[in-house]
Amino acid sequence: MPHLPRCRVTSFLLVLCAMLVLPAFAQVDFTGEWAPLYHEDGPERLPGPELGDYTELPINAAARMAADTYDADRISVVPEYQCRPHGGDYSMRGLGNLRIWREIDPISEKLVAFHTHLLAWDSERTVWMDGRPHPPDWAPHTWQGFSTGVWDGNMLTITTTHLKTNYMRRNGVPRSDKAVFTEHWTRHGDYLTVVTVIEDPVYLTEPLVRSDNWYVDPGQNIGVFGCEYAPEVPRPEGTVPNHLPGKNPYLKEFADWYGLPYEATRGGAETMYPEYQKKIAGEYHPPEKCSRYCKCTSLFDCNVTSK
Amino acid sequence: MDKLRLVAMLMAGVAYCFAQPPQINPDTVQLTMAPVQGSVYVLMGDGGNITVQVGKDGVMLVDTGFAPLAPKAMAEIRKLSSGPIRWIVITHVHTDHTGGIAAMAKLGMTHESIGPPRVVAQSNVLNRMTGPQPNNGPKIPEEEWPNDEYFLPTKDFFFNGEAVVVYHVPDAHTDGDSIVFFRRSDVLSTGDVFTPGSYPIIDLSRGGSVDGEIAALNKIIDITVPAKYQEGGTIVVPGHGRLCDEADVVEYRNMLAIVRDRFRDMIKKGMTLEQVKAAKPTLDYDTQYGSTTGFWTTDMFIEAVYKSLSGKK
Repeated sequence: MPHLPRCRVTSFLLVLCAMLVLPAFAQVDFTGEWAPLYHEDGPERLPGPELGDYTELPINAAARMAADTYDADRISVVPEYQCRPHGGDYSMRGLGNLRIWREIDPISEKLVAFHTHLLAWDSERTVWMDGRPHPPDWAPHTWQGFSTGVWDGNMLTITTTHLKTNYMRRNGVPRSDKAVFTEHWTRHGDYLTVVTVIEDPVYLTEPLVRSDNWYVDPGQNIGVFGCEYAPEVPRPEGTVPNHLPGKNPYLKEFADWYGLPYEATRGGAETMYPEYQKKIAGEYHPPEKCSRYCKCTSLFDCNVTSK
Repeated sequence: MDKLRLVAMLMAGVAYCFAQPPQINPDTVQLTMAPVQGSVYVLMGDGGNITVQVGKDGVMLVDTGFAPLAPKAMAEIRKLSSGPIRWIVITHVHTDHTGGIAAMAKLGMTHESIGPPRVVAQSNVLNRMTGPQPNNGPKIPEEEWPNDEYFLPTKDFFFNGEAVVVYHVPDAHTDGDSIVFFRRSDVLSTGDVFTPGSYPIIDLSRGGSVDGEIAALNKIIDITVPAKYQEGGTIVVPGHGRLCDEADVVEYRNMLAIVRDRFRDMIKKGMTLEQVKAAKPTLDYDTQYGSTTGFWTTDMFIEAVYKSLSGKK
């Protein structure tokens, strides 16, 4: 065996040690308290979407009809809807702050899972990082679904299945229990970007891609949400408010308020792409002065009448 | 369970409604025993779901599946318990739920048995099994009949340390539907009044109706209690398909209630069945529940709803 200087041996061992632990350090720690930023889609996420606004959604005719016949009274009249949480694919867009923490196996020190807690409906998710499979087809579905994550460099890619039927947008555009969504979490210093890709064979003709951003907020204190459903007006059992097809009087309000051609508000893959602007050229007549949600990036400046 | 498989299962399962029982090859059928909650399990495969409750008193079943699958189903049950089958509750008359009664009763007898199991069903199930069969089908042998029919709104008994309550939900999928609640385990087995993967099969020829179906779904929602934020709590075992809870039943009930409202409006306007079909009144639900092929198509569902609500044959 050739004689090696002691310093070279030490250096070699240090490099070896670094290589052994490198995978763990190469992964990003998302642990902490995060405050949502609403610079994207503020009016949709804070006060809620306008009725009849299906823009930017690659929906099919089935989803459009479901949304057209949706009556918002449903969320109060159907008691079981009163405490219905966001779906896992919508949670990150909703109102509320976020906590993320890690679960570490005490023996191996390996990352088992990320856990998230959101203010809205105290929603909690587990993103399993230990390579476990998704549940079988017969397993119950949940609001948050079943999530597993893998690293793609410093980006965490999460796949979620087993979702309950819920909404794509809170104006009645549905998302089915057959949907699967993929998330890409990326941390840039104090910012967290989450890109969500929803694939729904029931209601979408192509994937829906959305992004949300968060800012680290170590001082935040997430309160208890709390919700108890209670019928407040006696109605016949099983009453489900809905508009008959073709009878919803509110569908054109959104187009009228914003000077958009009605067809452009109806959603569909074609309307999502820049080329569509050419198709409706000359038909878009924005109001001379902004009158709705003109400044809407936080809870405090999102009044409908703000000028 | 993918949609094709579910549709195939429903096709096989409900074929008995209007034709001869389907050919089942036990060698090619895969059965899966899944834990539900408490003392309750579910056996899934071709045919209807079989709910299995086990404990110190023995075994209780809700429905029995197809007859040819009985030995294979029994082998799965024996992995959970070596005790005798003491109770079988039949949710409705269709053979994908009743076909295995005689075989399972026989296979479920052990040296501890005190006789064949009690086979509970609402009295309309017995009436239909003992009467003439559709399409001049063969007479159903007596050993395949329920031996413990009930005619009041409910029947209850205590088994394996928990109360079991059987509710009659009239004129829903058929006129003899029962749903079965395991009170301590907090599991509700619904039979085919709830089939989350397809439109409900309204068997008009056996007394089914849309309004009865909605009432039955409302009854399920009444019985089930969700845990925090509308999730979990009472687990629902449907007649076919995956495990569910109240929220899943609510979505299904809402669909049917909305469809009913649309049909009532169209019937009130005097629209014919063909006009109703042309209006595509279920377009928003067809991609979730509908089918253009197989035993129970969207067209057949539309016809059943129209006839049920209009009273036209």
